[in-house]
Amino acid sequence: MPTDDASVRVEGLIYGYPGHAPILHDINMKVMKGEMFGIIGPNGAGKSTLCKALNGLVPHFYGGTYGGSVIVSGMDAMKHTVAELSLRVGLVFQEPTNQFSGVSTRVDEEVAFGMSMMGFDRHEMSSRITDALKQVGLEGLEDRSPYELSGGQQQRLAIATVLAVRPEVIVMDEPTAQLDPVGKTEVLETMHALNKEGYTIIVAEHEIEELATFADRIMALNEGRIMMEGSTRGVLTQIDQLRKMGVDPPSVTELSHLLADKTALRPEKYPITLEEAIALYRDLLGETLR
Amino acid sequence: MSLIDVQDVWYSYGNRVMALNGVSLRIEPKETIALIGQNGGGKTTLAKQFNGLLKPTKGRVLVKGVGTGEVPANRLALTVGYVFQNPSHQIFSSKVWDEVAFGPKNAGLAPQEVEARTKWAIEAVGLSGFEQTHPYDLDYGKMKLLTIASIMSIKPEVYCLDEPTTGQDHQGRRRVAELIQSLNDAGSTVIVITHDMKFVAEVVKRIVLVAEGKIVADGHTREIFEKTDTLAGAQIRPPQITQLAHALAGCGVRPDSMTVREAADSIAGMISGRKGHSLRHA
Repeated sequence: MPTDDASVRVEGLIYGYPGHAPILHDINMKVMKGEMFGIIGPNGAGKSTLCKALNGLVPHFYGGTYGGSVIVSGMDAMKHTVAELSLRVGLVFQEPTNQFSGVSTRVDEEVAFGMSMMGFDRHEMSSRITDALKQVGLEGLEDRSPYELSGGQQQRLAIATVLAVRPEVIVMDEPTAQLDPVGKTEVLETMHALNKEGYTIIVAEHEIEELATFADRIMALNEGRIMMEGSTRGVLTQIDQLRKMGVDPPSVTELSHLLADKTALRPEKYPITLEEAIALYRDLLGETLR
Repeated sequence: MSLIDVQDVWYSYGNRVMALNGVSLRIEPKETIALIGQNGGGKTTLAKQFNGLLKPTKGRVLVKGVGTGEVPANRLALTVGYVFQNPSHQIFSSKVWDEVAFGPKNAGLAPQEVEARTKWAIEAVGLSGFEQTHPYDLDYGKMKLLTIASIMSIKPEVYCLDEPTTGQDHQGRRRVAELIQSLNDAGSTVIVITHDMKFVAEVVKRIVLVAEGKIVADGHTREIFEKTDTLAGAQIRPPQITQLAHALAGCGVRPDSMTVREAADSIAGMISGRKGHSLRHA
């Protein structure tokens, strides 16, 4: 086994659901410990399937044809059960209510549910519940019903249920897609904070402008294949390629490319975030007007 | 006479809390309107008054001059079509064709007309070839397009679309945008409930901002995006490009730029207007 600092190492992964042609083709990826890794691509690109391959639901739950290898936190996904893998890698779904057990009537019970299935003792569980709810900012809501929380709170609860197990890697499949702007911000900030605490985070996300502000690296998938992979800036500034695969680049990046075509405003470094664009154009335009 | 006239409407879901607190609003033919605001603020409750899905606790809503309380909801649905946020709340047929044909058939139209409209609507949303597919075998984006088609076949005068871009990728968003444009060009009023401000900037001419059961702003899209304090109070951010334009207003960029193209034109115009001055390359 390689002894580098990779949390996730996927080599030559090929996968097809039972009775279907492969939906993932020759996926190779390496995510380092503590990295924030974004996966982008149009609907149907294979993002969700790849997320499920990282925690073993693919192939253990779905079956199908599988080739190549997925090593997460040193465990071969093919050789370990989903239960064993879930101690090291947590998966957060798009729809938080799909994650809930459906039997808990309280927020703290919901966090306890997953752990009790894994055989944690009561005392240990209680301290982990407290920690996990604090990490996602839900402390004080222990006795509320999961179903009376706002969308953003529900998604943070889903994250807490995964966190309580203290995995090394958290995989999130479009965790903000169904949320309103407040909920989106809550979840993105939680994600960012957890990454700062050292968790490796892999997130499939449509919100490119948000991803631009905090992802270390990005991989672009289309039709089950890796189209681009690299630093966030490296990928998001390839605006023609992004458009070709049906992904909207950040608006400020589009603007800077359009201006570079139309005018002499050709930055050395194309902006990918609002803050970068403000700084860049204040500098360039301020100079012009002088 | 307005197409829809909401007169001092109050609404409560049966508890003491008012979901709408005295809302008045007029909607005219051929408008495109976005209802924006945080979840729980009353957007959907307001939209459901437009076609009688909900009836006011106090006040009244007139659709083409007739109170929604005086007409059965299934008749109102022929004038004001409502597309739910969650497709599974709406879809109940086992084939795409049947789902789209249901509305006109139910309205008692002749079979040829039902067929023509069904075909037209399926084509318009780009689902040709999927006629015999089970709706739940479609991906989420296509399922949402199907729910729009199943309202289009009724040919209502007003469309209410609840979160039409949620779960859509770039291509799906563009298709929804083109669809709204063509429905509007053909004379329909289109109301969208949405959090997607980039979409609003590109597609919609009027914004109604709803918060705490009240309308806190109502006006042209460009004008509302200028009201940064009002928007911030409702925790809404204008599109990224508008935020950039605001931040660069001091350098002379038009602060009301709403699209990449507009911002680029404004900046390019500034530069060409100042030829002769040296440009520093960053």
